[in-house]
Amino acid sequence: MSWETVIGLEIHAQLATRSKIFSGSATAYGAEPNTQANLVDLGYPGVLPVLNGEAVRMAIRFGVATGSKISRRSIFARKNYFYPDLPKGYQISQYERPVVEDGSLEIVLEDGTRKTIGITRAHLEEDAGKSLHEDFHGLSGIDLNRAGTPLLEIVSEPDMRSAKEAIAYLKKIHTLVRYLEICDGNMQEGSFRCDANVSVRPVGQAEFGTRAEIKNVNSFRFVERAINYEVERQIELLEGGGRVKQETRLYDADKGETRSMRSKEEANDYRYFPDPDLLPLVIDEATIEQVRATLPELPDEKAARFVRDHGLSEYDAGVLTSSRELAGYYETVVRRLGGQAKLAANWVMGDLSGALNKDALDIGQSRVSADAFAGLLARIQDNTISGKIAKEVFEAMWSDGKGADEIIEAKGLRQITDTSAIESAIDDVMAKNPGQLADYRSGKDKLFGFFVGQVMKATGGKANPAQLNDLLKKKLSG
Amino acid sequence: MHTLTVSELAAGLRARKFSSLDLTLHFLGRIERLGPELNAFVTVTADRALDDARAADEALAKGAGGPLTGVPVAHKDIFCTDGIRTTCSSKMLSGFVAPYDATVVSRWRAAGTVLLGKTNMDEFAMGSSNETSYFGPVRNPWDHKRVPGGSSGGSAAAVAACIAPAATGTDTGGSIRQPAALTNLTGIKPTYGRVSRYGMIAYASSLDQAGVLARSAEDAALLLEAMSGFDPNDSTSVDRPVPNYAAELNQPLKGLRVGIIREFFGEGLDPAVEQRVRAAIGLLQQEGAVVRDVSLPSLPLSVPTYYVVAPAECSSNLSRFDGVRFGHRCEQPKDLLDLYKRSRGEGFGAEVKRRIMTGTYVLSAGYYDAYYLQAQKCRALIAADFARAFEDVDVVLSPTAPTAAFELGAKTSDPIAMYLNDIYSIAANLAGLPGISIPCGFVDVGGKDLPVGLQLVGPHFGESRLLAVSHQYQQHTDWHKRVAPGYA
Repeated sequence: MSWETVIGLEIHAQLATRSKIFSGSATAYGAEPNTQANLVDLGYPGVLPVLNGEAVRMAIRFGVATGSKISRRSIFARKNYFYPDLPKGYQISQYERPVVEDGSLEIVLEDGTRKTIGITRAHLEEDAGKSLHEDFHGLSGIDLNRAGTPLLEIVSEPDMRSAKEAIAYLKKIHTLVRYLEICDGNMQEGSFRCDANVSVRPVGQAEFGTRAEIKNVNSFRFVERAINYEVERQIELLEGGGRVKQETRLYDADKGETRSMRSKEEANDYRYFPDPDLLPLVIDEATIEQVRATLPELPDEKAARFVRDHGLSEYDAGVLTSSRELAGYYETVVRRLGGQAKLAANWVMGDLSGALNKDALDIGQSRVSADAFAGLLARIQDNTISGKIAKEVFEAMWSDGKGADEIIEAKGLRQITDTSAIESAIDDVMAKNPGQLADYRSGKDKLFGFFVGQVMKATGGKANPAQLNDLLKKKLSG
Repeated sequence: MHTLTVSELAAGLRARKFSSLDLTLHFLGRIERLGPELNAFVTVTADRALDDARAADEALAKGAGGPLTGVPVAHKDIFCTDGIRTTCSSKMLSGFVAPYDATVVSRWRAAGTVLLGKTNMDEFAMGSSNETSYFGPVRNPWDHKRVPGGSSGGSAAAVAACIAPAATGTDTGGSIRQPAALTNLTGIKPTYGRVSRYGMIAYASSLDQAGVLARSAEDAALLLEAMSGFDPNDSTSVDRPVPNYAAELNQPLKGLRVGIIREFFGEGLDPAVEQRVRAAIGLLQQEGAVVRDVSLPSLPLSVPTYYVVAPAECSSNLSRFDGVRFGHRCEQPKDLLDLYKRSRGEGFGAEVKRRIMTGTYVLSAGYYDAYYLQAQKCRALIAADFARAFEDVDVVLSPTAPTAAFELGAKTSDPIAMYLNDIYSIAANLAGLPGISIPCGFVDVGGKDLPVGLQLVGPHFGESRLLAVSHQYQQHTDWHKRVAPGYA
């Protein structure tokens, strides 16, 4: 039997507000435990939550950017359960009436196929604290710095049919929230997390299969692996005559497998009810329009513009717009160069990205600024150096931070464009290699490359390649 | 000195007839002498009171005092007080020292009041007789065998016995008005949102509202004004100017349209209580008020509605008392579940547990629609009934409670009988409306005079009118001036 995979994602994006969603405490990552938790975060008797307006504006930004409906009136509810890192004994979340509903997003797969993924809802909620079970013998430590940090939980429709689609969607959301500057997207620090609902069904069946929810996956790679593992597990189970249980499963990155955490029967009854401490969240049209007016150019718009104005392929445009910073870098380079958009694209996606990856840096941390990078490409453009030499120059720029011109001069890498100089180098090579010359002239065309190499060697790689080609052809043919 | 009203005390202070220190020492002496027999206080803050009094005297000497500067007051032990034990009369918080002041506390403090102490109450404000307190029941100054009402029973007893000139209370389902009625006080519960709930330990958040227990409407006006107003720390507090209630007390009774709530004069109402309330209605009429019958047919739903909504909210509000960060923690927990079960099992009393269980049940999957959602619909009906009534009348009137004070222990084994004591007061909470209870006479029970209260409920933010009607009534009567024998 052949099977179809069905995936829906629940993404938790930590909103980049300065203070918490219901208190004035700071939200900075990595502070000493419990130093960013005030009485509200600690759930002290008598304290009350006050909604952070900035978190609401961020949720609206997301909603507007995904063509969603912004609820004019949404409700905060309490999700009740006991856990030591949940100080009040309930989490304030949105349940029946979320702030954002009914949006969608288009993903582009590697083969260029486009697909629309529905966004069911996105709602505001507070994060819990952290329980630390290591380091304390027989005890647990509680750090409430994270308690009350604003989250936007983005719930997709079950529209994805493979792990690849799920990753494309996840990356798209990741790109979008960073464009919107509502989330820093840092998966290691947990500010962008994902749970995956995975089920399989026989191809052609209309009803969904029983799903498992995979929690705790904190990188794109792990999401893909976890889904693929889970799909295999479910298919194996079903083909062996078993049934999939509705349950929550944890992904173990070390073992590369998912394992059961709790079944549906063991799930808490959260006893959701509207939080009487908070009024309904009312959002008027003017606020939405104001948010809409201040939206930045979004990734899809930017990519379309790169295709249109810079003549890039859709794929290249997609890569270059995957982050706002990368796109900004690229555009600065093009502007400084006054054109040469394709040259810039190739170099940004090639050597620059390679260097960044190698050193595990973001574009914002690049050792070569966009201006300096444009300076390098300008020397290719004006034939001062060849592309090959440029790679050498770039490496030097990357490692010691100097400008392209300085390196070219210091290392004497300036290209030789003087015809007589190239000609005399050719003459020397021909004189030293009479055998090869004779062979070439008797029809061994392949030896042309040998002569190019020899002349380049003689000129330290600096001969202008196009000129060299022309002159060599003439001389060799005698 | 102790039988003077707050406004009289304030005038005396400003005229330097006595100092705040004199006054404070006098009341501390009365608390020491008479407090134990009433069990009205959980904590007496003598040192703090003397400091406050000295500061008040300095301000008064500079002519810097306001209308409450130097006046001693007490706070119900549900309000957090910075550096002072705040127990909610529960074992759970018997050792809890709050690290901050409730907004009500800081506002009264800013107004120059002197803090005498924290008053006893039903545990977490759950009760109508003050018998659920971990610190033992409070006794009614009018008859020590009887309850003072609840949950603000300690505040009511303290003010009624003149061991505190006035006190704060909270009213979730009659907890200011019913004790006021049972102890011969003026007790006002303002509109939901009028007074900040910040720092007031939550019982049922959508119903809880702070207010005042005092010995006259004029005092209530002064004190309410000093605690009211928008608070950015409470999202449900309303940003709306606070009237000068004391300046608006002289609105005439003539032409006042009073609706008599038909549903609250039926079965269960003690005829002697009814007779006193009818007499008061007669007086209002005589002074020019236009009295008519009004029917609010959904009001009989109040008690069952309340006992779904309030427990539901309390079951969630009290989850934070888990033994982890503050409050009672059991000895030697063997694991997390044991820590929760024993800390809560030991820390909460029977009535609190009953309500947590009820609330957990009504919010559970499969029961939510039948109970919680249904109760919310009833709540809307009740609010609509009031709104309709206020199209034709300015205030509605009823008894505050169906009987005068009952004996200690009389209803402790029958929760339903206990709950029915709030049958007339709960509706105002469900509708978020302001209500006031004022003394309107006495009934003789076994040779003792027991006070009777009448209740006025007004439209949202109608406190000014309620206080004015009460004040005008008090200009024609002296019920409110009577003090329990032995306490004058």
